[in-house]
This record gives sequence, C-alpha cells and structure tokens, in this order.
Amino acid sequence: MSKQILRCTVNGRAVEIACEPWHTLANVLRNDLNLTGTKIGCDMGTCGCCTVHIDGKAKLSCLTLALECQGAKIGTIEGLNEYEMHPLQKAFAECGGSQCGYCTPGFIMKSCAMLKENPEPTREEIKAGLSGNLCRCTGFMKIYDAVERAATEMREKSVPAPVKA
Amino acid sequence: MPIVQGSGSTRNEHQKNKGVWSDSGAPAVVANSIIGKPAPLKDSFKKVTGEAVYADDMKFPGMLFSRILRATKPHAKIKRIDTTKAEAMEGVRAVVTGRESDMRFGVLPVSQDELSMAIDKVIYNGEPVAAVAADSEDIAERAIWAIEVEYEPLQEFLKPQDSLKEVAPELQLHDKVEKKHPNTNVHKAVDQEFGDVEGAFKQAASTPSASFKFDGISHGFTEPHAVIAHWDAEERVQLYTPQQVPHYTHRALAKVLDLPMHQIQVIRTTVGGGFGGKSDPFQHEMIACMLARKTRRPVKLTMDREETFLTGRGRHPTEAKMAMAFDKDGKLLALDSDVIIDGGAYGSFGVVSAYYNGVLSNGPYWLPAFRYHGKRVYSNRIPSGAMRGHGSVNPRYCTETLVDMAAVELGMDPCELRLRNFLPPNSITPHHKFRITSTGIREGLEEAMRRSDWKKKWGKLPFGHGIGVGCAWYISGSALPIHWNKLPQSTVHIKIDMDGGVTCHSLAADIGQGSDTMIAQIVAEVIGCRLDRVHVKSTTTDTAPIDLGSYSSRVTFMAGNAAREAAEVVRKDLAAAASKLTGQPAQYFDFAGEEIICRSKPSIRVSFMEALHEAQADRGALIASGSYQSPPLGGEFKGSNAGLSPSYSFSAFICELKVDPDTGFVQPLKIWAAHDCGKALNPLSVEGQIEGSVHMGLGQALTEQMRYRNGQMLNANFLDYKIPTPFDTPDIEVIIVESHDPEGPFGAKECGEGALAPIIPAVGNAIYDAVGVRMLEVPMTPDRVLRAIEAKARERAK
Repeated sequence: MSKQILRCTVNGRAVEIACEPWHTLANVLRNDLNLTGTKIGCDMGTCGCCTVHIDGKAKLSCLTLALECQGAKIGTIEGLNEYEMHPLQKAFAECGGSQCGYCTPGFIMKSCAMLKENPEPTREEIKAGLSGNLCRCTGFMKIYDAVERAATEMREKSVPAPVKA
Repeated sequence: MPIVQGSGSTRNEHQKNKGVWSDSGAPAVVANSIIGKPAPLKDSFKKVTGEAVYADDMKFPGMLFSRILRATKPHAKIKRIDTTKAEAMEGVRAVVTGRESDMRFGVLPVSQDELSMAIDKVIYNGEPVAAVAADSEDIAERAIWAIEVEYEPLQEFLKPQDSLKEVAPELQLHDKVEKKHPNTNVHKAVDQEFGDVEGAFKQAASTPSASFKFDGISHGFTEPHAVIAHWDAEERVQLYTPQQVPHYTHRALAKVLDLPMHQIQVIRTTVGGGFGGKSDPFQHEMIACMLARKTRRPVKLTMDREETFLTGRGRHPTEAKMAMAFDKDGKLLALDSDVIIDGGAYGSFGVVSAYYNGVLSNGPYWLPAFRYHGKRVYSNRIPSGAMRGHGSVNPRYCTETLVDMAAVELGMDPCELRLRNFLPPNSITPHHKFRITSTGIREGLEEAMRRSDWKKKWGKLPFGHGIGVGCAWYISGSALPIHWNKLPQSTVHIKIDMDGGVTCHSLAADIGQGSDTMIAQIVAEVIGCRLDRVHVKSTTTDTAPIDLGSYSSRVTFMAGNAAREAAEVVRKDLAAAASKLTGQPAQYFDFAGEEIICRSKPSIRVSFMEALHEAQADRGALIASGSYQSPPLGGEFKGSNAGLSPSYSFSAFICELKVDPDTGFVQPLKIWAAHDCGKALNPLSVEGQIEGSVHMGLGQALTEQMRYRNGQMLNANFLDYKIPTPFDTPDIEVIIVESHDPEGPFGAKECGEGALAPIIPAVGNAIYDAVGVRMLEVPMTPDRVLRAIEAKARERAK
C-alpha cells in the first residue's frame, strides 16, 4: 500500500500530508507535524495520554488511523492556548495537577471536552469523565481540584485567586 | 491544608548556627516568605502546554530509529544468531548483537552482572539479544524479525524455591553468587541476630506469626523508556535519557564503551515518571550508544509498553515468614523474620533490597530483639530492583499485620498498641544504631484517629464495613553512597550575573517530584529574592556538579542542604555589599522580598539588584558552591551501613473500606494519611507526593500484580496490569506532620516514598475489621478475599 494524502485542519491550520495507511493519528501528529505535546503511553487505548479533539469530541489518537480524519477538525494540546493559557492549563499547573507531566496533555484535552458538554460537573461527574485516563503520580486528587477550578473560571469568566507563593 | 505540628520535635539548630536567619542567632525579623508556602512546580507550566520535551519528542538531523530483538525463552543457550538478512534490508544502517561488548555492568559495584545484549545464553524472556538501527521505525521493526536466533532450552528457574537448590555450574545464572550458598542461584543472603530472640518469645504474652506472599509489581510510569544517543564529530557521546540517576549511567557508559567519563555527556530529558524504574543504568542506553558508534548518526530507541514492563526493576516478588513477640501490656519484645525475594535475572539494586527487607523492620517501633534471614535469588524472570519504598514495603505489610493480630489477641486497640511502641525522638535504635532525630508519628496517628473517628468505628462497624491502621517509616536519603569515595553526596553551584538571574546547577534529577522547584525555593528563601528569579539547570553532566540522583528519597535532604549552603555563600557576598552601601555591619541584615534590610533600622534597606551590582564590582558574576555529606553514623558489624540515613520519615495511615462478602470485592471509602515530612517546604507538592504514594500503594494492595506463565509475563500492558483508575481511588485526606528535623534543610525530610508502605497494611487490617479474615497474599484481589472468606466459613462450620 502506498501513501495517501490526508487533508484536515489541525489547531485551525490547514494540513495536507502524505500518510502511510497504517499510521495512527498519534504517529502523524508527533512525527510528521511535530506536535509532540500529544503523548503515547501505551499505544493501545488504555492510558489516555494521547487524547485529542476530533471535531470537538475527545478521542484517543493512538486508536485512530490518520486517514480516518479526512476533512476533520483536529485539536491538540498545543492549540488550546491561543494567545494566553487556557484556564485548564493554568489550573493544572497551579493546583499541582501535573507532576511528571506525561499524562497531563491527555487529561487536559479530556477535561476540556467534558466541560464543553457539562460546564458544571460534580466531583463524581469529573471522576466518571476522567476514568479513561491514567495518572501514576498524583493520585488524581489535585487533578479534580484543577478541573473544578477551571470550570468555575470558565463559567464565571473570572479568575479565582491563584495558588502562588 | 491540615498541618499538624509534632510535639516530639527537635529544634532546627542549623538555622541558628549557620546563619540562615542571622549570624548572631537573634530571632528572625522576617518570616519565611517562600518556604512553607504552596508553590506550583516550576516546570509544570511547560508540561500543561505540551512544551516540555521528553526523549521521544526529540528530533535530530539524520536521526536513525532503533528496535531491540528480545529473547523468547526464559532460559536457553543461544546456538546461533544470523543477522545477514536484516543487514541486507534496504534502510537498515546497523545491526548489533552481544558480540559488540562482553563488558558487564550494573548499578551496584558488587553486582556487575548485566550484559548490553545476551551472549551465549539468555536468562529471561524479554532479555535484549540484538538491535537494529534503520532509517525509520517501521524498517527497524521489520528488520529485527529478520534476525534468526536458534535457542536450546535450559532448565528454568521460575520459582524462588528452585533457585535455592544446588545446581551444576552451567545452570547458575551468574558467575558470582552468595559465598554462603555456592552452587546455587542465591544472589545475596543476609543473616542477622541481635538481642535475645528466643528468650523474648518464651516470656511473651502474644506471639503472632504468619507466612505471607507478594506478587511482583511494576512502576507503571506513563512514559515508556526512550533514549537518543549521538556519537558526535568531536568523538563525544551524547546520551539523552530520562534518568533518575544520570551519574550512575555516566559511570556505566564509561565502563561499557571504554571511554573516559569526560568524553560522555548524559543529558536528562524530562522524566515521565520514575518511581525507581528509571534508576539503573540500562541495556537500552548501552545499545543506543553502540548503534550510534557504528553509524555515527543520532539513534533514537523508543520502547513500547510491553518492552517497558519487560525491562522491569519493579518490586520483588516476596515470600516471608514472620513472627513477633509482645508482652501482656502490648510492648514489642522481638521480631523473627525469614524472607526470600525473587530478584529475577539481574543483580540491580538487589544487595540493598536483601538488607532493607530485614533492617527496615527496626522501626517505627522500639525493637529489643531482632532476627532476620533474608535471601535474594536470581531467577529466569523479569529483573526486580528498586521501587518506591524500596525493600521496606512488603515486610512492612507483614509486621503491621502481626501487630494487629497481637492487638486482637491482647484485647487492645491496635492504635493504642502502636502508640506504646513508637521510637521516641532523639534516640538511637538498640542494635543497628539508626539515629532518630525527629519524629512526629505519635502526633500523626493521634490526628488520623481523631479525623477518622477511629474510636467510634474500630470493631464497631457492621459486617462488611471496616477500618484499619498501618504505620511506617523510611530513610530520608541513604547515608552511604553506592560508590565509595570521598566526594560529597550532593553539590550545588550558583551563578548570578548582572542580569539578576540566579542560575543553580545540580544533577539532582527532577522526575516530576519537583526537586528543581525545591532547590529554587531554598535558594530564593536564603537570599530573599523572588522565586521566578531562580532558574535550575539540572539536566547535563557537563555543567551540573555531581549529585547521586533521585533514589532513596535523598534529594530534598541532601541537594536541599547543598543548595542552602551555596545560597548562604551568596548571602554573605550580598550582605557585605549592602554593608558597603549603607555603612551598617554586614551581620545585621535580613533578606526578604527582594530587599536587604538592616535589622536594627528597617528603614535602611537596599534592593537585591543594587546589592548584587555592588557585589559584582571588579569581580563579575557571583559564583558559589555548596555541598552535603552525611555525618558518620551507625554500628560496627557487617552490613551495618544498610538502612543508615541522616534522618527518617514516619507515617500513620487509616483506611475505611467496604468488602462485598459475596464477591470479595474491596471498595476503599476514605483514607486518612498522616506523614511526618519534617517541614513541608512546599505543602502543595508534599500533598501531591503523599496522595500519589497512597494511590500507588492502593494498586499494590488491591489490583496490581505481574502475572506469569512459563516465565512469560502475561499482563505486560495497562489493560491487564490494573493500576487504580479514578473510580478505584477513594478520597484521600492528607495530614502533614511537621517535626522540624534538626539537620534537614529548613527542617525538611522525605515525603515521596515513605508514604506508600502504610496503606497496604491499613487496607489488610481494615478487611479483617470488615469480614474477619487475615489476608496473607498481596494484592488482595476479589478472588483471594473471597477464598479467605469461604475458608473462614468452612472453619466455623466444623
């Protein structure tokens, strides 16, 4: 099988790229488009590190073939901060929701999609929403704090006092 | 954020003596402005935007890609390796096998038993046999399967008991085995006896004993292993690797590649989790360098998740027999333990593990008599090594279970029994001479009891609903370095130029635990500047002074003290400059908020930048160096070095849970985790470490196990190796206990490892409280819990 052309937009930018048919979206984002913020932790859909947005929905890019995304609007962690950091990114850093950071882009992309559908989630709803993502460092508590904080900020368009020294 | 002050604390003498606050010993005018305040990790802003660069994210011009061919037999002679077909493939640039080097290496100088790739025989299913560098990962992947290997199977050693047997020399997995057990596959045996153990058991009122079994577990860090090696045009080797311990890798590379150390640069990339699993010098690091040597091109080697499991170094599968003796008042009299740990194919940190499985049972309780027979064996399984709480976790489950059994037998509250036995502050353990400076375990347990409503719950909850307790301690940095030499264990350099940026150099590896932030906080506090002025460079061996790395919970204590010492040198320079500018004596200045303030006349002050530029006159950049070396410690007997630490952390956890008696399913409801970290330099980070430890410990307690069939790991993926998900993780209430250690930087001790051990016995003891069965196998999976409940029911029916 020879390479085929993938036409889509990634973080708002039109992309036209020749892909091996067996390459996953995660491969293409990382290796061909140099968007290495999307991480590969297991390459079989079990850890959530590779979560991206495809047409606004959170999807695992390691389980998505690149060529499935013809014409799709793809969003990655690099596209989340437009001119300033997204409230979720800020909250994950300030609440201690990121330690080694490898799972963080996946958690943030997943949380972002979740908050679009449910802008005011309860703690239990956050847990349920993030249950497909693995974090080995934080024990999840600070991640929930971060999502709650970002949700508040996004709803009220006001910035709660930062946790800063 | 609950912070409990430990009353068993000692005073933080160094702050007075060494002039962090003042040279005269007068009390501080200004309170801490940075230490003790929650601070987001400095590097986390790059991590949340995807900017942080991990090894697999890097690209170099002309870079090649590598894959490793791994053994498919647990124990076999290699009859033949044929690489010609692979070499002939288009796009393949180099193929290497064991013929490349017969130099053995390993993290400990006493266990140099790893080959970069197998020669003559393979000793575990997954051992590297050959590797390919090619133009793309796809080609490399295809090429390794074109390598032909013919094996002749040998007798396999898949159970630790088999490794104890005498065998013919060709069936010994390594040339060097324990001297006391020649002709076997015993790697290390430790036999220690102190005090009158027999006498203690004779006079005891309660002597609980049991046999325990623990499955091996894996670190499960989310970033798979990945390295890039480049043999550059200046004949220098550049290795980019997510290492917890760049220094030991640096040494091992020099040995294996036969190069002087200065010709090698180890560059630590962002580490996507370590937990001990990225602290050995690794075969894949050697292999990438060998491929780079052959091709003179940068070579990237990224593993998949299965290979990451196969590379191993997780917690040892363990079989332990243990007995304890208590008098009628619940005073601990003696401990007798017999432990076999399965080291797998290599030595790794195993000699240390063999000692730690015994000697770290000498706390957190006063132990008058102690006997330990420990063996670490080689086997044809995935190599075990150091994992968070190294060597202390499994025996801690045993002792905490036995303490609970004694409490039941003596009719005492298990917390009360523990409170009667804790090591006091400012004491030395009777036999091993472990020096306890500060401890807040008493305050921690009492606070956890209060918050959990222990007295109203223990023994009083309905069937299927229980509460349990577990206590632990851990070293805050191993006092003895792995390589014996006179160098300090940590050195930190500071450079401040006219731009006002404070650059700190250290080789302490930030693996996500926040050590860069810790160093920045300490330096900023001492010289009174803003945290964002301080930049920590801790990645490259060319520029960073040696630090032994992120293992044994040593970094805050040792690198923290080195940073403090270096910052104090800068502080003196700035004080002298401030004195010159104001005419006030140099010793009477306080440093805070970017100002240097005269203590007696606070209106007299100079700004940080003013003082800095004055100090730099005729001299240029301020440079300073600080270092840390543990004080002399310990007793005088063979093996007395194991377990020595300048300080120890303590923890007391309580877990409430429900057990479904029909399915054996355990649902933790809430965990109260009290941990004595000396002083919480950054409470946000301390909480994160404790919550993370609890989560990882819960995994070992309930779901995580490395399962094997015929020497092959069956569940080397995240679907079948079950790390707790958000659904499995209950609410964790962290209680930070501050005991203000006299020698820790600003009173700090470790908090990253010690908080893992107590959760497992807290779960086990809570299961007993809920359904009345003692779990002797870990993890306590539903099938095991159900079997225990059914066995108990059968016993009752008799």
